[in-house]
Amino acid sequence: MNLHSVVNGIARHRVASALLFLLIFPLLMPYEALAINILIYGLFAVGFNLVFGYTGMLSFGHASFLGVGSYLTGIAMVHFGVHWIPAIFVGVLASLVAGLFVGYLAIRTRGIYFSMVTLALGQVIYYAFYKAERWTGGENGLRGVNAEVIDLFGLRIDFLNPLTKYYIIWLFVALALWLVSRILASPFGSVIESIRENEKRTVACGYDVARAKLLIFVISAGICGLAGALRALHLSVVPVDSLHYLQSGQVVMMALLGGMGSFFGPFVGAGVFLYFEDIATNVTKYWMGAVGLLFMALILFFPRGIWGSLMYQLKQRGMLQGDRE
Amino acid sequence: MLDITPSLFMLQLMTGIALGAVYALLAIGLSLIFGMLTVVNFAHGAFFMVGAFLGVYFLALTGSFWLSLVIAPLVVGAIGLLAERFLVRPLYGRGIDYPLLLTFGLSYVLIDVVRAVFGIEGLPSSTPASLRGAVDLGFGHFPLYRLFLIGATAVVVLALWLFLEKTRYGLIIRAGSRDSEIVRVLGVDIAKVWWLVFGLGTAIAGLSGVLAAPTRAVNPEMGIHVLAEAFVVTVVGGMGSLPGAVVAGLLVGVVFSMTALLAPAYAEMSIFVLMALVLLVRPQGFFGKAGALG
Amino acid sequence: MSHQDSNNVIAANRRQLLQLGAAGAALGTTPFLFNIASAQTATIKIGFPVPLTGAFSAEAQDQVRAAEIAIKEFNDAGGFNGRKAELLVRDDKLNPGEAATRTLELIEKDKVDFIVGSLSAATQLSINAVTRERKIIFNSISQSDAINEAKDWSLYTFHEALNPHMTAGAVARYAFPKFGKRVVYLTADYAYGHEMVRGFERAGKTLGATTLADIRHPIGAADYSSFLPRIQSLKPDVLVMCNFGRDLVNSVKQATDFGLKEKTRIITPILLFTARQAAGADVFDGVVGGTSYYWGMEDSVPAAKTFNDKFRKAYGGAVPSDYGALGYAGIRSVLQGVLNAKSTDSLKVSEAMGQLKYNWYKGDQYFRKCDHQSVQSVIIVESKSKGMKDKNDVFKVVGMESPNEANLRSCMELGHKA
Repeated sequence: MNLHSVVNGIARHRVASALLFLLIFPLLMPYEALAINILIYGLFAVGFNLVFGYTGMLSFGHASFLGVGSYLTGIAMVHFGVHWIPAIFVGVLASLVAGLFVGYLAIRTRGIYFSMVTLALGQVIYYAFYKAERWTGGENGLRGVNAEVIDLFGLRIDFLNPLTKYYIIWLFVALALWLVSRILASPFGSVIESIRENEKRTVACGYDVARAKLLIFVISAGICGLAGALRALHLSVVPVDSLHYLQSGQVVMMALLGGMGSFFGPFVGAGVFLYFEDIATNVTKYWMGAVGLLFMALILFFPRGIWGSLMYQLKQRGMLQGDRE
Repeated sequence: MLDITPSLFMLQLMTGIALGAVYALLAIGLSLIFGMLTVVNFAHGAFFMVGAFLGVYFLALTGSFWLSLVIAPLVVGAIGLLAERFLVRPLYGRGIDYPLLLTFGLSYVLIDVVRAVFGIEGLPSSTPASLRGAVDLGFGHFPLYRLFLIGATAVVVLALWLFLEKTRYGLIIRAGSRDSEIVRVLGVDIAKVWWLVFGLGTAIAGLSGVLAAPTRAVNPEMGIHVLAEAFVVTVVGGMGSLPGAVVAGLLVGVVFSMTALLAPAYAEMSIFVLMALVLLVRPQGFFGKAGALG
Repeated sequence: MSHQDSNNVIAANRRQLLQLGAAGAALGTTPFLFNIASAQTATIKIGFPVPLTGAFSAEAQDQVRAAEIAIKEFNDAGGFNGRKAELLVRDDKLNPGEAATRTLELIEKDKVDFIVGSLSAATQLSINAVTRERKIIFNSISQSDAINEAKDWSLYTFHEALNPHMTAGAVARYAFPKFGKRVVYLTADYAYGHEMVRGFERAGKTLGATTLADIRHPIGAADYSSFLPRIQSLKPDVLVMCNFGRDLVNSVKQATDFGLKEKTRIITPILLFTARQAAGADVFDGVVGGTSYYWGMEDSVPAAKTFNDKFRKAYGGAVPSDYGALGYAGIRSVLQGVLNAKSTDSLKVSEAMGQLKYNWYKGDQYFRKCDHQSVQSVIIVESKSKGMKDKNDVFKVVGMESPNEANLRSCMELGHKA
């Protein structure tokens, strides 16, 4: 039982290992709300990375799906009295629809134009939700997203207990990560990676590239929507800036920070970003500049991202087999 | 309800053109940088903001608006030169995303540096004394300073056009944006050209900041909003096209202005809808071919 | 050494540095250390989430300064049964999502007893959404109409600051009879802007004012020139700028550029002290607005003089701003509630605060029973552009509306049964 086999063992069951780590994660963080934010944004970044790192399309409007998921879950609960569990499904469904709408329009474009279209459509969605004050609360955000207590076989599931909240959210994140892992390991996963590597050749091989792109875009939207739904339950509010392009920019930063070429990179990136931002905020009022500096340093010196660089080093030393990260 | 008289219409149109002038200048800088370096400069709004701050600062220092109009953009251009040399250049060849993201981080840093140097509140800025007051255009009174804005933009655009079309340096820039390989083969230090073009683009952004400063509040966050609008213009005009930037700038300014008259609550949204429409119907914009200038 | 080897060495050094850094950071912030550090006397902890960074950081920092005076006063007087008060300041970045996270941190990690704070409608509603579920008292020190409404309110929600309805009403009652009845509104298109218009229109109706137009602009817009020609053509007596902070500075500046001040009087619901200082005298020349407090009141209100002197003594001659004073009042109300209730239990303190009658800095105040809105005076000020003695002498007090429940929206309208 040497380091080599341990590393490869972990890599083979990457999802399980990650989830195990995430079980003890709240103990490592100064407060649970931060740990929960990291879970949520980690999922958001992983979902985003399906389109960015794996398919090679830089979307600058992914905050739309986070926001749509948050708002529709919140609206279902606040305006229609839906219970929080089905409300999550409402949020995910809504973000799938949004993904279909944006994806269908955006897929026709390529490269920088794709980024610009997603930015533009994202802003349109932002203003639409902003103006629908009666449903969304407008600038004030949607308040009162309070999850009801569930008593299950003597087990009390109360979101007011921070640890309980963490583990419930962990459950949903676990499911989603497992799903994403399965998708990426499937033949479909290979198709989208080949689109990133060489789109023309993929077409030449007879794959319906447009359909594949749309499908992965919709799946990505759904995952991000789930992250959004969970965020609404976590904060009890849906702030309107969830939909703004700065939020989209933030998730791009997270994916890059961790490493967009790997499964966990974005998750690690989200964690590091939020943790660093938390520390920086308590230390200096120039936390924004500090984050900017960190980000630039990473792009210049660690282009593979933190996790990506780590994986690369392990592979260089032969500790890790080629396709496991 | 609202009586849209011809004079109101004309006044609104003029307002839109003045607004468009600022947009056009910003878009020119963005398009230059994109057309030449294929870099999407996410810090462009921040350079605009820095230009505005420096403009107010030098005005207070020297007492002369015209002097600050010259000095401030030069300083901003110098910052751009530094940024290109040490931050952007290492990233060439790594794909279009990296320089884009680097400039995103750079914008964060620029904003906090300005906060640290000038304070969080911003600086009070007022119209220079010689340009105050309003002019009777026949259909209404229009601020003199905004007429100056339109004029100044026209002068800058003309100067730029002359530079690109009639000088050797301009020729190199135009050629380089069309095919950098060949230009390199022909013995030109393309890295230096890129360096200078980035500086020029950011200097123009700074200039638009100096010009815009008297019309709005000068604070560290002023570039965030403006950047999104600049993107709209650049996309609509065609990324990399100078005439596109000018035409689209004016168009977007007028669209915004007229929507503000008829349906004020939707003015913001309307320009993004325009952006999305153009991207979907004609992604290269009105005049664009990726890499074409002039 | 080959290129690859030297790369690896550099890379390895990089990694080691990172690992060291990460380990150090992690260790420094784990809950374990925190628990050890804070096992001291049970202080009364008051969480104070305010936007220390962002557009209103100047106001927020003033809020912190004034709040600390209130804390110190309480502690110097012996505290509560020997227990001292402690202020835990957090930066909410003027961002509702961040405000909610910080509130969760304050409640879950720092175990605060009360929360006072905020400086925008969105953030205070966000904080309130978190505190009310956990039965923690939240005393809000910034403007919002929504926080008084039944669907956001709870027994633990208190509103120390003015709300748009009161402020707008007071300014309307001063301005419309004086300047004219034909009114145009240039309104920031968000809840706060709409609330202000509502306040103005309601007060205006009884005074016979007519609304010529209510023009909405996007919040945070930098350029108002698109809206001004239309306003020009309407030729109103009064132009009401229903926006706040930087939006106000921008819109007034541009309105001046377009020559609107010649025929129209510009008024606004809130004239911010720090914004006026930052924007300079020219921009706001002749503008009339409302405020919750202006230090210049000390000539006519003794409580203001007392408060100003405390602030001057603590901060080297500086005077408190409007929002700063609210920071002071917000803390004092809560701590007085603790003293009166002889307990830190939320429900008991809530009841005690509900019955409080106080005069901390500007005159008599009390919390209305149904919605815990602090019924207080509204001060009308006019911006000075000449004859200013120093950088603080920026306003002239032209009116003061006494506290009156009739100026608030009725409990029934807000959805309360009481």
